[in-house]
Amino acid sequence: MNASEICKSDTPNPIGPPLWLLAEVTYKCPLHCVFCYNPVDFALAGPELSTEDWLRVLREARAAGSVQCGFSGGEPLVREDLEILVAEAHRLGFYTNLLTSGVGLTEARAAALKKAGLDHVQLSFQDSTKELNDFLSHTKTFDLKRRTAEIIKSHDWPMVLNCVIHRLNIDYIGQIIELAVELGAEYLELANSQYYSWAELNRDNLLPSREQLERAERITNEFREKLGDRLRIIFVVPDYYETRPKKCMNGWGSIFLTVTPDGSALPCHVAKMLKDISFPNVRDMGIQDIWYESDAFNRYRGDSWMKEPCRTCPEKEKDLGGCRCQAYMLTGDAANADPVCEKSEMHHRITEAADYAQIPDAQRDTIKPLVFRDPKASRALTV
Amino acid sequence: MTDVTAQQHPNVDLKICPTVARMFKLQWEQAQKSWVLLYPEGMVALNGSAGEIMSRLDGKTSIQVLIDTLEKQFQTSGLSTDVLNFLTMARGQGWVKL
Repeated sequence: MNASEICKSDTPNPIGPPLWLLAEVTYKCPLHCVFCYNPVDFALAGPELSTEDWLRVLREARAAGSVQCGFSGGEPLVREDLEILVAEAHRLGFYTNLLTSGVGLTEARAAALKKAGLDHVQLSFQDSTKELNDFLSHTKTFDLKRRTAEIIKSHDWPMVLNCVIHRLNIDYIGQIIELAVELGAEYLELANSQYYSWAELNRDNLLPSREQLERAERITNEFREKLGDRLRIIFVVPDYYETRPKKCMNGWGSIFLTVTPDGSALPCHVAKMLKDISFPNVRDMGIQDIWYESDAFNRYRGDSWMKEPCRTCPEKEKDLGGCRCQAYMLTGDAANADPVCEKSEMHHRITEAADYAQIPDAQRDTIKPLVFRDPKASRALTV
Repeated sequence: MTDVTAQQHPNVDLKICPTVARMFKLQWEQAQKSWVLLYPEGMVALNGSAGEIMSRLDGKTSIQVLIDTLEKQFQTSGLSTDVLNFLTMARGQGWVKL
């Protein structure tokens, strides 16, 4: 998701429409990625929304001004009604995006999705080296992704490859870029893992060292120069190496609306971790009311909720105090400044993690085992 | 006017019929009262004149005809520089194919 680009639009009203709808249609997923942003307690989620529920959500969101619709998960292809949902989203005038691992995208389903009007497929690759890919995603999926990429190209979809970057694969960044070129991708998103949910559990194993990061950026820039317009590469740095926080989601309740598999409406895909907020459910409330009227979506809009140092900070409009979830995770209060900011009293929580990342694995006293995202681990971690 | 414009945009042939690039979808958004360009995971809301130009790119209308049409519609003249500046910028952004 690219907040910086979508926010180019001018919205004259104080609260603009929910331009971006992320429909997380299922938590089921054939992969078990260690950096997954799905909630750690996903296995405890209630029953999935029905086809009719989703069709209503699409209509309501479109009526409220949504233009981009991303179908995500879990693995959205697990839902057998995906084609029905895409067709309705297309009919309503959404730009439709499928965010997929590629598992399940057979030629037959690709043809059906094309017919339904799917505009774009974003294929995620964990890495370009088969062994590491299989290790990180915990399934034998690499060859399949290669075949999937060919199917995407054959249906003339613009192809965006997404690769989550972290300590274990960042040193292979050159091979990842070469693979994207080989597959004919138009965009390559090299997004450093953000440390929420499963990635937060695995943070010590996933946060790259500064040296790794600088090398990766240098190599990426060399490829950019060499490839020019052939491949547009987006490199997202981990905010643990920043001194000012990101303007997360372009602001709470500003443009993003996520609907989870069991119908919770969230201002971002990880906000459910904020346990003191009662998030509305699309089964009980319409999208228009959720967006404009609900307490949850108004909670961190504007700046009246801010504490010091944000409240009197001259940069507060620039980043809106960063990420509420990161503030909550690392300081215990979502209304605090995101500790990525060096003005935060808790900034040491970030620098300590970054300092630890400089220690080579071989010199670490203990290596915590990676926790793979699966229902069993989810239940074990949330009992 | 045409001569000056031709000097500023030596690579643009006025007989070319531009199209909206494959990856982009142009549509009118009532909620925002503007033409918007949608593309993978992003959106650009176009201002009035950009919308007037973009919404006429059908792959069959030449730049010259486009300029003539706009001048007639808005009862003005000398729009060629503005139109070519916009199209050049839009090509640079990848929005249009010239």
